[in-house]
Formats: sequence, C-alpha cells, structure tokens
Amino acid sequence: MNRIATVVVLLLLLVLPLLTGGTYYTNLASQILIAAIFAMSLNLLVGYAGLTSLGHAGYLGLAAYISSWLMVKLGWSHASSAAMAIIATTVIAGIFGLIALRATGISFLMITLAFGQILWGLAYRWASVTGGDNGISGLTRPRPFGLDLEEANNFYYCSLAVFVLVWIAIAILVRSPFGATIRGTKDQPRRMSALGFNVWLIRWITFTACGFFASIGGIMYVYYHQFISPHSLSLANSAEMLLMVIAGGAGTLMGPVIGAALVMLLKNVASQYVDHWVTLLGLVFIFIVMFIPGGIVAGFERLKNALSASK
Amino acid sequence: MSFWLIQSLNSLALGGVLFTLAAGFSLIFGLMRIANLSHGAYFMLGAYVGLSVIEAGHSFFLAILAAAVAIGLLGCIVERFILRRLAGNSLSQVLATLGVAFVIADCSLWFWGGDPRPVSPPSFLAGGIQIMGLTFPIYRIALVIFSIFIALGLWMLLDKTKLGVMIRASVDDRQMAQGIGVPATKLFSIVFCLGAALAGIGGIAAAPILSVYPGLDADMLPIALVVVILGGLGSLLGAFIGSFLIGFIYSFGQALFPDLAYIILFLPMLIILAVRPRGLFGKISA
Repeated sequence: MNRIATVVVLLLLLVLPLLTGGTYYTNLASQILIAAIFAMSLNLLVGYAGLTSLGHAGYLGLAAYISSWLMVKLGWSHASSAAMAIIATTVIAGIFGLIALRATGISFLMITLAFGQILWGLAYRWASVTGGDNGISGLTRPRPFGLDLEEANNFYYCSLAVFVLVWIAIAILVRSPFGATIRGTKDQPRRMSALGFNVWLIRWITFTACGFFASIGGIMYVYYHQFISPHSLSLANSAEMLLMVIAGGAGTLMGPVIGAALVMLLKNVASQYVDHWVTLLGLVFIFIVMFIPGGIVAGFERLKNALSASK
Repeated sequence: MSFWLIQSLNSLALGGVLFTLAAGFSLIFGLMRIANLSHGAYFMLGAYVGLSVIEAGHSFFLAILAAAVAIGLLGCIVERFILRRLAGNSLSQVLATLGVAFVIADCSLWFWGGDPRPVSPPSFLAGGIQIMGLTFPIYRIALVIFSIFIALGLWMLLDKTKLGVMIRASVDDRQMAQGIGVPATKLFSIVFCLGAALAGIGGIAAAPILSVYPGLDADMLPIALVVVILGGLGSLLGAFIGSFLIGFIYSFGQALFPDLAYIILFLPMLIILAVRPRGLFGKISA
C-alpha cells in the first residue's frame, strides 16, 4: 500500500510541470521541494532525537552565504564552492553541537535560538563580507551535464532529484539500527545510557547530520533565488521550518514534506490577498500547537479512527 | 578617559533596561519552566503603547503606567487562554508564545508603521549634567536609578511577602509546594502578568535611548536569553548581575568593534554553557 502510494506520488511529481502549465507553479513546486529538504533535515533533530531547534535557518544562511561568497567574491566554480559550503556548514554544525548539547529541552531550544540570532547578526552587521542588509547577489545557477538550470522546468527536475536523494538518505538513516538508537535517546535517554550507548555522541551525530542535510537545502535555496540576504536567516524563517515539521507530523518521514507543502502553499496563497504573512504564521502556529499537536498526518488518522468508531 | 566614563554610564543604563526584561523572563522560567519567547514582543509593544500615549499629549509617567497595564493585561489573556490550556506540555507552551510573538510583531508593524520612532525623555530629565567637565545625559542616570528601584521592589516582593514566599517555594520545588497547598495556577497567572508588565515598562523606559522600531523585539529577545542563561534561570540576583554584565559587554563591544559586537555579546553565554551550564546563580540546571 505504502509502496504503491510512493510510486504514484513520484510519478505525479515527475509529470507535474506538464500539468501546471506555467512557470509560476513549477517554481512554486521547486520552492516546496527545497523547503521540504529543510523540514526533513530539521525533523531528524525535532522528531527523531526529540531536540527542538529554533536556529535551523542559520544553516540555510551559512551554506548560502559561504557558497555565494566563494563564487561571487573569489570566483570559485559551482562545484567547488558548493562542496566547500557543505563541508564548512557541517563542521560549524558540529562545533555548535558541542555547545548546544550541553542542554536538552527548553534550554536547548534557547541556545539554538541564540545561535540562529548570532548568524543573523553576523550576516546583518559584518557588512564588509556579507554585504549587510543588501546581501550578496550576482550568483548564477550551475549547468550540470550541460543542463540549463535557468529554465524553470530543468530547475524543478534538479530540485526533485536532490530532494529524492536526501529523502532516501534520511529514510535509510532513520530505519537503520543507528536510527533506532536516535529514537531511543529521545524516549529513554537514561535506559539507553544504562545499556551502554553514548547518548551524547548519538545526539551530536544527529545534530551534525541535521546541519549537513540542511546545508544541501541551503545550496539549492541560493541557486533558486540567486540572492541571499539576512532576511533569510531570521527567526521567523527558523520558526517557519519548525512549523512545517510540527504541522506535518514530527518523527514521520512523510510529515515534514506535507508540512512544507502546506506552509509554502499557504504562504503563497495568503500573500496574494494580505501582506501580513507573519501574523498568519503566528496564528497557524498557535492553532496547530493547541489543536493538532501531533501534526496533520496523525490528526487525520485520529479523525479517521474517530469516524470509523462512531459508525 | 571621558570615553570610558560615558560608555560606562551607557552600559549601566542598558543594563538597567535589560534587567526589566530579564527579571520577568527569569521568574516566568523559574516558576512555569517555560521560555516565554513573546517577551521581546511585550517589550516592543510596551514601547509602542507608551509612544502613542505620549503622542496623545499625556505625560511620560502616564505612558509607563499605560504600558504596564496594557502589557500586563495582554500577558494575563495569553496565560489564561493559551498557556493554561497547554498546561503540562512546556514545549507546546514555548511554541505558542513564539506564535504570539509573531502576531504582536506583525500587528505592531501594521499599526505603527515601519519607520523607527524616536521618543523624547520627560522634559525634567532631558539634557545633561556636568560632572568633572563631562556631560552625562540625565535620562540615562535616571534609568539606572529607576531600574535599581524596580530591582529593590521585586526583591521586597519575593523576600518579604507571602506571595514571594509561595513563588520562591514553587521555583525550588513545585510538587512539594503544591502538595502543601500553594495555588500553582494562580501563581502562574500573577507571575506571567507581572513579567509581561515589567517587559512593557522596560520597553517604554528604554524608548528614549533605543527608540522604537520594528525588529526591536527580535533584537531584545536573544539578549534576554543571553542574560538569563548567563545569570542562571529563575534567579533574580542572576538576572540583575547578568543584565549589567551584558550591558557593559554590549556597549563597549558596540563602541570598540562595531562589526562584531553581536558576536561578542554571545561569547560569555558560550563560555558559561561550557563551564557552568546552570549559569552563575542558577538553581535549575539547564
């Protein structure tokens, strides 16, 4: 059943540009796929390790700024700047993890929030490198295998390929024995510790992996927009990513993807009518937390069970 | 020499402002075990409410009162209708306060516009005072004194009244306190309301030196986090010392290394987390 559903969804995603019949929707689909990469990577930490982070947009910023800076200012090639950005972001995530994992729970959330704000502050105030409020522009999209990514459909297929690769990598990770130990540290850290697992190390690896996958999203993000500014690193953006995870369903493979699609669709539809997306984001946040705490995937199943029970 | 003296006064004034923000945050955390992420938004909204009262032709004193009452009430509403319904699930409560913060910030932008708004200090505190040939702005001196009075008031409240005893007991051992009949729910309301009102007062009191602008909330919230992580969560003394420490670090950092001031601000927090995760005076381990 699940396999069939996956194949159907994949086929739909493959023919999507033919169905939408316009670059606007194709571009929106690309944005959703990129947002889903962020949500899936954050889900590793929030859903599987039980560590709620509010600094995830920082990784987007790190990867995007490092690759743009290397390319625009130093003239590196696409491949080498992207590789360097991913490595550097992962290393920085590892260093952040050393400090942030001194704590868990609410304190962890506060420390990651502070990290996110440090990076935002750096992007904003270290103007000689980051261009301050103006950000860095002038970036071009790469041409892998001679494919012109400036064209919306081609970029969509490239995003889809990256998305599927990240999805598979994360699916393998969470279904592996190591994935089971990650879940173990969430539910029963003391028992895991008593069983001889190094709970701290497992969390640190998860934290670093989360940064690694997010840096891939960051590269795609900057290729899509061809521009990066401090605005992309704001707390609201981190919160948006967290909302995708929670709204869809933390700790499931599918949840964050559905959440990403919903949040991005809502954002695009809403911004056509009102220019106050942030108010709506706040209200949706409160609503989800109060009424559908397990996320939409779990909410639907509850609803289905309730309906079948009442029959 | 004059640079150091004037920067020291700026640091003390900023420290005083931070204390009004961090004291409430720290008390709320100590009692309810939640990080109130709407605290920066209360601070900003307090400043905007005060601004409107002043622009309507009323006194600065009335502006402070209005900010305290308005933000205190808002805090009560948030606590009563959102946080209480999520009792027992601190992560959901924290996320809900984040949602509240976004709504407040965006609606303020809507209502008061996107331009920074200057606020002038009350006329009897405007201008400067000559000491040893240097001119010190009177308002900043008044701000330091004002914050010390607030600190004294809070200390009296916590140390000398029955309410304070109940709050301290609940911070130290919530289950035991509830077991001997301390009304936890009522305390939560009072402390959340008080913390919000303090943040509102801080906002309008700080407005003459910081001015009011969209994004003030996002600037202040992380600083409040740094102060309480540094000083120790749930400790009034920690919030007091932490505020002035950060006030000095931020003011001097801003003056000496303007590009990197924001990073320097976070360094003490990182050192404390690495060496003593519960903060300088904290009772609750992080």
